Amino acid sequence: MGNLVEIRDLKVGATTDAGRRVDIIKGVSFDIAPGEIVALIGESGSGKTTIALTLMGYARMGCAIQGGSVRVGGRDMTQLSEKERAAVRGTEVAYVPQSAAAAFNPAMRIIDQVVEVSRIHGLMPDAQARARAVELFRALSLPNPDTIGDRYPHQVSGGQLQRLSAAMALIGDPKLVIFDEPTTALDVTTQIEVLRAFKAVMKERRIAGVYVSHDLAVVAQIADRIVVLRGGEVQEIGATADILSAPAHPYTRELLAAFRPSVDAQAAPAPAAVAQPVLELRDVVAGYGALKSDGAPTITIVKAVSLSLEAGRNLGVIGESGCGKSTLARAIAGILPPSSGDILFEGKSLPRAAKDRTREQLRQIQIVFQSADTALNPAKSIAEILGRPLAFYHGLKGREAQARIDRLLDMVRLPRALQERRPPELSGGQKQRVNLARALAADPRIILCDEITSALDTVVAAAIIDLLKELQRELGLCYVFISHDLPTVQAICDEIAVMYAGEKIEQMPRSRVGARDHHAYTKLLFASVPKLDPQWLDSLERNPELVAALARR
Amino acid sequence: MNSFVWSLVGGRVLVAVFTLLVVSFTVFCATAILPGDVAEVLLGQAATPEAVAGLRAAMHLNDPALLRFVRWLAGLASGDLGKSYANNMQVAQLIGPRLLNSLKLAGITTLFSVPIALALGIAAAILRGSVFDRALTFLTIAVISVPEFMVATTAVLLFAVHLKWLPALSFAREATSFWDLLRIYAMPVITLAFVISAQMIRMTRAAMIETLDTPYVEMARLKGASPTRIVLRHALPNALGPIVNAVALSLSYLLGGVIIVETIFNYPGIAKLMVDAVSTRDLPLIQSCAMIFCLVYLLLITVADVIAILSNPRLRR
Amino acid sequence: MMTRAIPLPLHYRINIVGLLALCVILFWTMVALFASQLAPHGVGEIVDLDYFGPMSRQFPVGTDYLGRDMLSRILFGARYTVGISLASVTIACVTGVTLGMAAAVTGGWFDTALSRFLDALNSIPSKLFGLVVVAGVGSSIPVLILTMAVIYTPGSYRFARALAVNVNTMDFITVARARGEGVPYIIGSEILPNIIGPVFADVGLRFVFIVLLLSGLSFLGLGVQPPDADWGALVRENISGLPFGAPAVMFPSIAIASLTISVNLLIDNLPKKTRDRSA
Repeated sequence: MGNLVEIRDLKVGATTDAGRRVDIIKGVSFDIAPGEIVALIGESGSGKTTIALTLMGYARMGCAIQGGSVRVGGRDMTQLSEKERAAVRGTEVAYVPQSAAAAFNPAMRIIDQVVEVSRIHGLMPDAQARARAVELFRALSLPNPDTIGDRYPHQVSGGQLQRLSAAMALIGDPKLVIFDEPTTALDVTTQIEVLRAFKAVMKERRIAGVYVSHDLAVVAQIADRIVVLRGGEVQEIGATADILSAPAHPYTRELLAAFRPSVDAQAAPAPAAVAQPVLELRDVVAGYGALKSDGAPTITIVKAVSLSLEAGRNLGVIGESGCGKSTLARAIAGILPPSSGDILFEGKSLPRAAKDRTREQLRQIQIVFQSADTALNPAKSIAEILGRPLAFYHGLKGREAQARIDRLLDMVRLPRALQERRPPELSGGQKQRVNLARALAADPRIILCDEITSALDTVVAAAIIDLLKELQRELGLCYVFISHDLPTVQAICDEIAVMYAGEKIEQMPRSRVGARDHHAYTKLLFASVPKLDPQWLDSLERNPELVAALARR
Repeated sequence: MNSFVWSLVGGRVLVAVFTLLVVSFTVFCATAILPGDVAEVLLGQAATPEAVAGLRAAMHLNDPALLRFVRWLAGLASGDLGKSYANNMQVAQLIGPRLLNSLKLAGITTLFSVPIALALGIAAAILRGSVFDRALTFLTIAVISVPEFMVATTAVLLFAVHLKWLPALSFAREATSFWDLLRIYAMPVITLAFVISAQMIRMTRAAMIETLDTPYVEMARLKGASPTRIVLRHALPNALGPIVNAVALSLSYLLGGVIIVETIFNYPGIAKLMVDAVSTRDLPLIQSCAMIFCLVYLLLITVADVIAILSNPRLRR
Repeated sequence: MMTRAIPLPLHYRINIVGLLALCVILFWTMVALFASQLAPHGVGEIVDLDYFGPMSRQFPVGTDYLGRDMLSRILFGARYTVGISLASVTIACVTGVTLGMAAAVTGGWFDTALSRFLDALNSIPSKLFGLVVVAGVGSSIPVLILTMAVIYTPGSYRFARALAVNVNTMDFITVARARGEGVPYIIGSEILPNIIGPVFADVGLRFVFIVLLLSGLSFLGLGVQPPDADWGALVRENISGLPFGAPAVMFPSIAIASLTISVNLLIDNLPKKTRDRSA
């Protein structure tokens, strides 16, 4: 049987702001057989989405296909006229976008957008298209398949929209569907439903697919073959099982290693006898809006959370988006003053609001945010960014400050020459190191890490986690590590607290993760974390009622 | 339509009322509290101290400013606009026919320029980066960057001096035929249309480009939709709110333009009345004209805001 | 799409349109500064027996309704147009930007009250505001400068506040707050450097508005008063030459247009810092 897709020596170029031409895709070749699902995996900037879009003969603003051929069903997409390409889009090749919420027209009913494909290409009568859409909704296990299409996009949840966009892609009966990171924006418990629905429909209809993702574990569940990309070039191509068990290319090995962060043997020392907690929270309530008569804010995000953190140990706080974990970090830092409850540092009560705390109290607890892009002032040099806390907390100036800045950069393993630059000139990993160095400049006891690895590529994130551990050994810090990602939390934390809907529902030492007597939600959450095992998704058993009750989709 | 949307709209209307209050206070302050004794000005040569004192008392000028403000406001609200200093006529009588004339001019200009401006703005957005788009962008920048009187004088030079199609500066009061009417209105309307169209084209183009850059328009393209379909079904319906908003905002530029245009073409509208009133310092007349202008302006920007609220599809149903 | 980029020192580039616009602006600034040295005749000097004289070798842009040299009058007019507008825009933007950043960072009732009040002020059409003030107080150069500054402060405030509100949501502001920094530091060190580019563009735009307003008021006879004359007043005093297309009517307008269009074009083609160092 011939290949459905044959990409040969594909080159895509782009024009930068300064008018310089750069190559994004530098000669990529691979094939896709009919009915086969091929994953394109790589970090941000590896060109995976760009390649996928060329399968529709499409290049985003500022980019252009500059060489090679992209044959789909024998026709070279790069040679077709715009009109011929339009005829192929939606009928032979279809697209499932990363953010379905943005890709649905807010002013049209969902069903109209789904059947529009059929209308554009004149595939079938409208009534038939509608019936087919409902059938697809059912196949993708959407709730209320008969009526869900009558809603507007903003009336449907993210997980459902993602499946609806798959229905939109499938209605034209394409031979090839492109999935562009379709589950990246979803919570893990929701991701499973969506992945399952995709997989079932694709297998049943024997449709070929291109699955673009940065997540090896997700790809392992759905892809037959994996193409590993980096910097616009193919590193390795192989069957999923082979890539996972016997990676040939060093970069693939690096990716795999980063996926299993070393839960290192030298676990934290047993807590000293009757250690006094460094940080203690007692019934902290925090939220937004005016206080109601019962003293709680109008929108309560954190509901009576109590925690304690002992010296030299790390506490992980895990939960899905909207569970209140980031708000908790802000409450501790005093940025969002709790409406009630106590925060104790080394046994002494801290004022709730940052502005009421002394400089010394502020210095002891530093916070590091998820996105270094917004956490570092783009208009200042790295030296200025690191110099400010030195001057503010320690009164350091001139040569002394300079020496300390050099030491801080050494600590976070950045070259000293970097301090002349501004944040936009650094890579994501470098920025996050500067972000960390700024917190270290204060000489704190505790660092609150709010999703600090979530925006980073796996390999880079793993390096940051290693750095955190090293710094802890050298400086005797404690971390409160907030994340949605269980493996990351496991890699660094001694204690793990699980949050759900603003409450701390359970806390356990790391060694007890996976025990039988967890809270139902904890079990669901832990079980939903994808594993590299290709059989994981198929063998996973879930109680649909429990899922529906707990996962807020 | 749900109650949340109505509360947003209601809030916007409340803001408008509050704004009107601040505006009227500002207008009152600028004209009635600052130096220059009105009584002396009015009496001119006959300003003996007794006469001034008598007139001051008669005009309640000795009352506290706040009281005068409230009295003036109450008068405005009940339709009593006061008497003109210059000829002792009722301000309302003076303004009435003039306002009608100005509204006629504005109405004709709107009818004429809105369709053209919308078509050009949308076309420029669709053909972004083309020669047409760039030429239009340059032209609109040029028109926006020059004073209204320059547009007017250029029109006169072109149509009256060089082409000799239309009369130059005189405004014929007697329109005996349709052709005369056309000739009378042509010059002011052309000038005003240029001024507001430039704004409208720019705003329409910007609103349209914003929707053309959204992921759902890219999605439509990836569904194989034709360019026409993309524009008509996906971009336009979502850009409609911002575009109507842009139209309402652009119409507010009519006010600035009308002041210059009525003066230069000697058109008997309310703006000309007001400019003349300023040179004679006829304060009641100025105050009333100013309030009418502000009211219209406020009405337009409030309508623009309300449209922006109502057109948000996420707030619908 | 591409216009040629001209490299400038310090990694800045400007395209040809921007460079031309910049030259025109610098030209008028020089003229405003050195008008008395540049003008061939005195401002009030009647040099031609004829009025509304045509363009000639002796009078390159003709003579006005009294037979005065238009070139000299335009050169001196630049002082009023550029000077008054510059003074106004400086007052308006310094006040507006400072208040705007303070409101964005402080929030609460200060922000609400100030925003409401300035928005209300903003809903008086600019020409009308000018007319009302001139009617009440009379026209003089300080009154013009202050009035126009008051008229354009709300716009500048609104613009700066909108930018500052965006920056204010960034995590680095939260970090600064959590560090214990005060409002002046946050405004001056964290926010201002991030909005300075757009703020300068806005200053340019507002300068154009002010030039246009001033010209409009002068054209109505309510701006700069005789014997002084800015460009708008020059058009007014020579408007009777319009029916025979006298150069004295067109050239002051052309001077205004050359200045305002240049500022607008410069804003659209501001020098860009070249980002990729390898280029």
